[in-house]
Amino acid sequence: MHNLFAAVMLAGIYSLLMASIFVILDAVDVAFTEAAVGAGISTVLMLGTLSLTKSREKIHVRPSIIPLIVVVATGAMLLYGASGMPEFNDPNAPVHQHVAPRYINVSPVEIGVPNMVTSVLASYRGYDTLGELTVIFTAGVGVLLLLGRRRRSKKANETEDSASKEPEVST
Amino acid sequence: MRHHLVLRVVAKLLIPLIMLFALYVQFHGDYGPGGGFQAGVIFGAAFILYALIFGLDNAQKVVPSGYLMALVSAGLLLYAGVGFAAMFKGGNFLDYGVLAGDFIAGQHLGILLVELGVGITVCAVMIVIFFAFAGRGNGDEEDDDIATSPDLSPDSSPNSAREV
Repeated sequence: MHNLFAAVMLAGIYSLLMASIFVILDAVDVAFTEAAVGAGISTVLMLGTLSLTKSREKIHVRPSIIPLIVVVATGAMLLYGASGMPEFNDPNAPVHQHVAPRYINVSPVEIGVPNMVTSVLASYRGYDTLGELTVIFTAGVGVLLLLGRRRRSKKANETEDSASKEPEVST
Repeated sequence: MRHHLVLRVVAKLLIPLIMLFALYVQFHGDYGPGGGFQAGVIFGAAFILYALIFGLDNAQKVVPSGYLMALVSAGLLLYAGVGFAAMFKGGNFLDYGVLAGDFIAGQHLGILLVELGVGITVCAVMIVIFFAFAGRGNGDEEDDDIATSPDLSPDSSPNSAREV
């Protein structure tokens, strides 16, 4: 598909479908995030990017074989890894035996917040959430440094020009 | 966007509701699905919708970039500040139990403040990123287009002809 606009729209629809799958899996908080971020904000941002660039992909004349090899190799590795995972909905899976029972049994008494996801995210895993927030902060600062730079440098050039002109006038 | 009357009216109706819903998601996150991250994104989406309908310049008048910069760091500082407040009260970093007299009340207060910090930073970062992307096309189109158009325009016409 060389029409990037259609690709962006498909990515948004894919995110929305993933959100509904998360709802079916009873992961409402994740579905919420996926719908708001994946289907909402990132689609808008990608459309904003498209308005800056061309909305058609540049067509390569000779197709390269390397991407196909990379995709097939990664897919085969993922399938091989997935075969070693515990069965879906298995209550004896290691992930359900580690800290999950403690969260489920103790957190309503210990934290007193009805939404267990919130108590895990904000209290038990407070460090992780602080780290995530730092990542978002860094992303915002990085985008500003990369994209918000040029106009300021133009202004700086203008002021430099005027500053360099002034001594000429005075001399 | 001056002529899109329906869009303007619908956006004016929707934006307060979107903000109200974001606040609900923010402060009801303890009891239902939601939390600071989702609320921040929804609150930011209200401003992005405003910018899409009423233009970037008007939106930047509503939220000046200086305030945005302050908000981006204020949320993170609030989060880390809650952690340090817990340390000064004699607990560990981000140990909310010591923040209030009761352990449970301290946890509630800590979670509320921390989620507020997450919401503020996420909302401000989303608006900042959108403004950076959308503001990119305004002032500096000339040199970009002149630089790229001689290369791309001969390419694009045979491509489109080939596909048709």
